[in-house]
Amino acid sequence: MRRDTQRLIFLLLPAGIFFAAFFLLPMARLFFIGGSGKTGWSAYAAILTDANYLNSLFATLSVAAATTFATLVISGISGVFLQRHKFPGNGALVAMLTFPLAFPGVVIGFMVIMLAGRQGLIGQITEFLTGDKLVFAYSLTGLFMGYVYFSIPRTILTVMAAAEKLDPKLEEAARSLGASPWRVVLDVIIPGLKPAFISAGAICFATAVGAFGTAFTLAARINVLPMVIYTEFTLSANIAMAAALSFVLGAATWIVLAVARTAAGSTVAAAG
Amino acid sequence: MKHRGLFLLQLGFTLLVCAFLIVPVILSIMAGLTVNYFIGIESGLTLRWVFEVWNGYRDTIFLSIGLSLACLVVTLVLGVPTAYVLAKRQTALTRAIEELLVMPVAVPGLATALALIVTYGALSGFRTSWAFILVGHALFTLPFMVRSVLAVLMAIDLQTLEEGAASLGAGFWQRFRDIVLPNCRAGILAGSLMVVTLSMGEFNMTWLLHTPFTKTLPVGLADAYASLRLEIGSAYTLVFFLMIMPLLLAMQAYAKPRAPKFVAEDSE
Amino acid sequence: MTNTTQPLAIALENCAKTFADGTKALEPLDLAIHAGETVVFLGPSGCGKTTTLRIIAGLEEPDAGGRVLFDGEDVTRLPIEQRNVGMVFQSYALFPNMTVAQNIGYGLRIRKTPAAQIKARVAEMLGMMRIEKLADRRIDQLSGGQRQRVALARAIAVRPRALLLDEPLTALDAKLRDTLRLEIDTLLRSLQITAIYVTHDQAEAMALGDRIVVMEHGRVAQIGKPREIYQRPATRFVAEFIGTMNRLTGATRDGVFSCRAGDLAWAEAPQGASEILFRPEDIRIAESHEQTGLQGIVAAAFFLGDRTRLFVEVGEAQPLVIESTARRDFGHGEAVRLAIDPRGLLVL
Repeated sequence: MRRDTQRLIFLLLPAGIFFAAFFLLPMARLFFIGGSGKTGWSAYAAILTDANYLNSLFATLSVAAATTFATLVISGISGVFLQRHKFPGNGALVAMLTFPLAFPGVVIGFMVIMLAGRQGLIGQITEFLTGDKLVFAYSLTGLFMGYVYFSIPRTILTVMAAAEKLDPKLEEAARSLGASPWRVVLDVIIPGLKPAFISAGAICFATAVGAFGTAFTLAARINVLPMVIYTEFTLSANIAMAAALSFVLGAATWIVLAVARTAAGSTVAAAG
Repeated sequence: MKHRGLFLLQLGFTLLVCAFLIVPVILSIMAGLTVNYFIGIESGLTLRWVFEVWNGYRDTIFLSIGLSLACLVVTLVLGVPTAYVLAKRQTALTRAIEELLVMPVAVPGLATALALIVTYGALSGFRTSWAFILVGHALFTLPFMVRSVLAVLMAIDLQTLEEGAASLGAGFWQRFRDIVLPNCRAGILAGSLMVVTLSMGEFNMTWLLHTPFTKTLPVGLADAYASLRLEIGSAYTLVFFLMIMPLLLAMQAYAKPRAPKFVAEDSE
Repeated sequence: MTNTTQPLAIALENCAKTFADGTKALEPLDLAIHAGETVVFLGPSGCGKTTTLRIIAGLEEPDAGGRVLFDGEDVTRLPIEQRNVGMVFQSYALFPNMTVAQNIGYGLRIRKTPAAQIKARVAEMLGMMRIEKLADRRIDQLSGGQRQRVALARAIAVRPRALLLDEPLTALDAKLRDTLRLEIDTLLRSLQITAIYVTHDQAEAMALGDRIVVMEHGRVAQIGKPREIYQRPATRFVAEFIGTMNRLTGATRDGVFSCRAGDLAWAEAPQGASEILFRPEDIRIAESHEQTGLQGIVAAAFFLGDRTRLFVEVGEAQPLVIESTARRDFGHGEAVRLAIDPRGLLVL
């Protein structure tokens, strides 16, 4: 038995060394560099004390919260619908809804431009209808749209998996007791899907807080934290501040996921 | 007929969501094949933009393919043994290890990339090589491999299978080769598809980790979106779609969690 | 049949087992298993029987001070893969990534047996277990009984020195259990292999064991031949765990045991015995001409075809269980007179 333990440690060793060398050590270093700038350790408080950073933080959290809410509502409706009603074409719809699953942030940004950019479909339609071109891709609204686009596929998958496990008999029982369809949704379906909603919502939130590609593609002017960090690092060469901000951002995201995991009671599948 | 109305309402909504996701994809494919997107489809169809992308950016395509395969190798070598250990010993320690391994996914890629740069940026040979990006990709994709394999290992009665093999004389490594690896094939496959797809599309870290000589496909995409005309950006996106399409199809075919029928409790 | 290895004698010396979490699964145990015999470990779940088997197999190490001897040789530190024992698991542990034939041949493959020999031995095993048709099936295409046969074939194929079976029939339904029990019995006798069989089913234990080790709370309660265990149980636990026991409480004086049901003449009665135990087959409904001092009221009667099982109320905590072969009906509430064969009486 002891030999087995030794062998297991041996098997764990490559990943352990890799992880320690390329994640734990760099993260520790990032932490110290964050405190080594001209403001010292107070850089870690800057996110709350500096008005600019605080604004970005507020914008980031708002977009993330809005994204999470919208995604959950949309995916909740469509996910449960597609799981419950098997009709011809159902499979094709699911395939289409999950197709963008592997799109990186930059491509998502481009999809938003195709829809709401200067030459986008929405602009063309509104110009035709009202004479005014509606263009919102290069703003927080565009970013919001991009994050929703990004989050729908994985959230729908999570919701569908959870809805599959819901016992239809519970709904039938509720109906037999005289509950209206709305009451069934409120009393049976939503509570049953709660763990899935918590875990999927947490991932939506975390990606919306930390993602960078979409904002990068849309515009450098969008004032969200990842863009601020990027600007601090490249344009201002303020590495310490960039380090401090990314460390805070990383810790916050990780905490959100960890709390959600505890709340959901099951393992939250991480996602990119 | 209240229920029929509800059904149609939900169907309509779902179709709208579908349109939201798919219309821009179609638009961008069209834009990549149109002579002039401003004028529209009547300006004619062309492969010119695709060829321009091929000429200007094919290095990024090869680098991304190479990177994702290298990343696959790394995550297989590191991830499969890790998943096995985590499946075999479920203690507070192994749970903590699992939690740690997921951190590069939870923490924004930007932060991980910065951390790597401030730590290893001075090693110029390493900093400028594609191995630098590989490290980032491996960190980010490793948890997906581990979880995918772990999920399969947890679904089978690994301990009894191993005891069975041991009772027939198989030592530790023989058991690992003959019993453990073949029985987590499905997890390895699903994890591999995931790793390759994610590595192919990774941008958050790669944008900071890359150098002018190590541009990946998404980095090239960001370049093209920012500086080139819409048609070229679209054609480039089209190339990206073509590359991930087979991966996505394979994932839909294989990654469906089939109920493993490894438990043998049913009666005659 | 084809088992050419000499049967193995196994001895446990002072084997105890405490698990990492502090639970004591097994109190220090000494046990000698003779070459070629079939020993059954019998007891309720948690009694330590499986732990004992796993110590013999090499899947667990006994606490410090314990020793496992194979033919006198100390194998305590030897892992299972070096002990050359065949093992059959409750959940079969068949490899889902291999066919039936590959499963059966796996042990030989590990031993680097030439392919032709493996093929021949696998064919022989398939024939012996009458599962030739299943050779190329995948495991998930097999029924429970078929899996059990494959598991047996796989364990025997390597010509192990001993065969260890851990509740091999528990996962099967009752009818199939009977069939396979007979097959295992025939197999063990024809192989003349040392076999250790763990079960919680006393009928299985009685049928298969040359000797039975009854265990309770990590201790051996009794070791003996099935007949001894049944007829002369050493403890109350053994008496009640195996078969059905009737019980009467009362007092003994001058060769007469008096209880609520009446008086029972018992010349050899130990002085002062306040409780007697006996099996259903040692009590019967008395004929009208017989003299007896015992009587009761029929509380329930189940006609089983060949006999009637009667539950007779005699003022004790539990009614007496009586099997009657009389060709007549018994009515609920009917008064019956009872005759007990004193040779079957036990005082524990």
